[in-house]
Amino acid sequence: MSEQTTEAADVQAFRSTDTPLTQDELARVIAEDIAPGSFVNLGIGQPTTVSNYLSPEKKVTLHTENGMLGFGPEATGDQVDEDLINAGKIPVTELPGASYFHHADSFAMMRGGHLDVCVLGAYQVSATGDLANWSTGKPGAIPAVGGAMDLAIGAKDTYVMMDLFTKKGDRKLMAECTFPLTGVGCVSRIYSDRAVLLLDPSGVVTVRELHGLTFEELQERHPDVRFEKAGA
Amino acid sequence: MLEFVDTAAEAVSRITDGATVLIGGFGNAGQPMELIDALMDSGATGLTVVNNNAGQADAGLALLIKERRVAKIICSFPRQSDSWHFDEAYRAGEIELELVPQGNLAERMRAAGAGIGGFFSPTGYGTQLAEGKEVREIDGKHYVLESPIRGDFALIKAYAADPYGNLVYRKTARNFGPVMATAAAHTIVQVDEVLDEPLNPEHVVTPGIYVDTVVGIPTGSGVKEREEREALAAGRSKPCMATKTAAELAAQK
Repeated sequence: MSEQTTEAADVQAFRSTDTPLTQDELARVIAEDIAPGSFVNLGIGQPTTVSNYLSPEKKVTLHTENGMLGFGPEATGDQVDEDLINAGKIPVTELPGASYFHHADSFAMMRGGHLDVCVLGAYQVSATGDLANWSTGKPGAIPAVGGAMDLAIGAKDTYVMMDLFTKKGDRKLMAECTFPLTGVGCVSRIYSDRAVLLLDPSGVVTVRELHGLTFEELQERHPDVRFEKAGA
Repeated sequence: MLEFVDTAAEAVSRITDGATVLIGGFGNAGQPMELIDALMDSGATGLTVVNNNAGQADAGLALLIKERRVAKIICSFPRQSDSWHFDEAYRAGEIELELVPQGNLAERMRAAGAGIGGFFSPTGYGTQLAEGKEVREIDGKHYVLESPIRGDFALIKAYAADPYGNLVYRKTARNFGPVMATAAAHTIVQVDEVLDEPLNPEHVVTPGIYVDTVVGIPTGSGVKEREEREALAAGRSKPCMATKTAAELAAQK
């Protein structure tokens, strides 16, 4: 099912608007690109907000790597049950059709290519789809990886949700990542406040959407990356 | 030989200095807190511990680390906002850390339990965590050779055990439990309910063959459902699952 969307989205012609997307608008764009009936893992933090825009009619099933398919909104009040949490250790609820399984099955499900889409945050992504999102390589920092490396390479499609530039204005789309890698050639799309970009092993980045950034500015900020407008 | 014991202290009494101990749980869900506390009280030291994390706040595994009982930890995510005891031990060079991606951690234990000598995983290929490991290209894709992780003991929390040691879990508290149960030479389980009747064989998650020691410790998991079920069962000739109430178990303790 996700392959169908990929094709449909790929033929979308380039479009642009004058202002960057808000986080909610970006979450909505990603949700719209997820095909009905998909099995999806949303990473901890910002990617979680995509679930706010997945309508029940779409019948998208959410996976959490600590062993559950079919979890619902965050639990409140009486619903809170410490045996029912997501990978971010947030209490969640159970939807009809939910299932539980152990950790090895949960990651086998991911690694085995059964999940359609995984949405993750990133420090850096390379033009060929390398992902860096687990460590900034700061000396003396205590390393922690969790499920990041498994998630990065597991799903049929790995989408990154991030700002195109850091708060300091540094670029996060690189010719090659300078931070330690989480996975090699694993990211197929970048959804960011200023651009929706389709990646492929050739390293030529297809620009589907620009928001508050012109194609020329995008090229200027990334002189070592080759861009092409979608549908061009 | 399967044994049912009355206290957490008895349950962990075989664990000796230098043992490798697999400890279940993801966050608080499925964490065998009372068994970890008993391990702490037992004085066993020089342990190698396998857990997803490296202890939180001032409880359970964090205290074992604080008291320097853990020589080495194998985990995926040691650094948390409240992992101060691990952070201190690590910075002081007083604990060895083997960092393993979460899925590889689970699969390495699965391999141990299944008698697999090693496996090629795509996770971690091309990253720092694969440095020094054998890499192989299979059908155009790259994989890294990973080895099994075996435990001398596993400490896990399940929801209920029947008289045959068959286990069921509750919701996401299942997490590492079933895999760790297979990967240890001796598996010690704490359960909220010790059942008098066998579980429905179709419902068993961990078959009793993997279970060695069971101790009943009510922790409050699923209390509401249990009360509802007991109220229902009171109207039937034969209860469908538990016959001991949490209060009776507590009295027994």
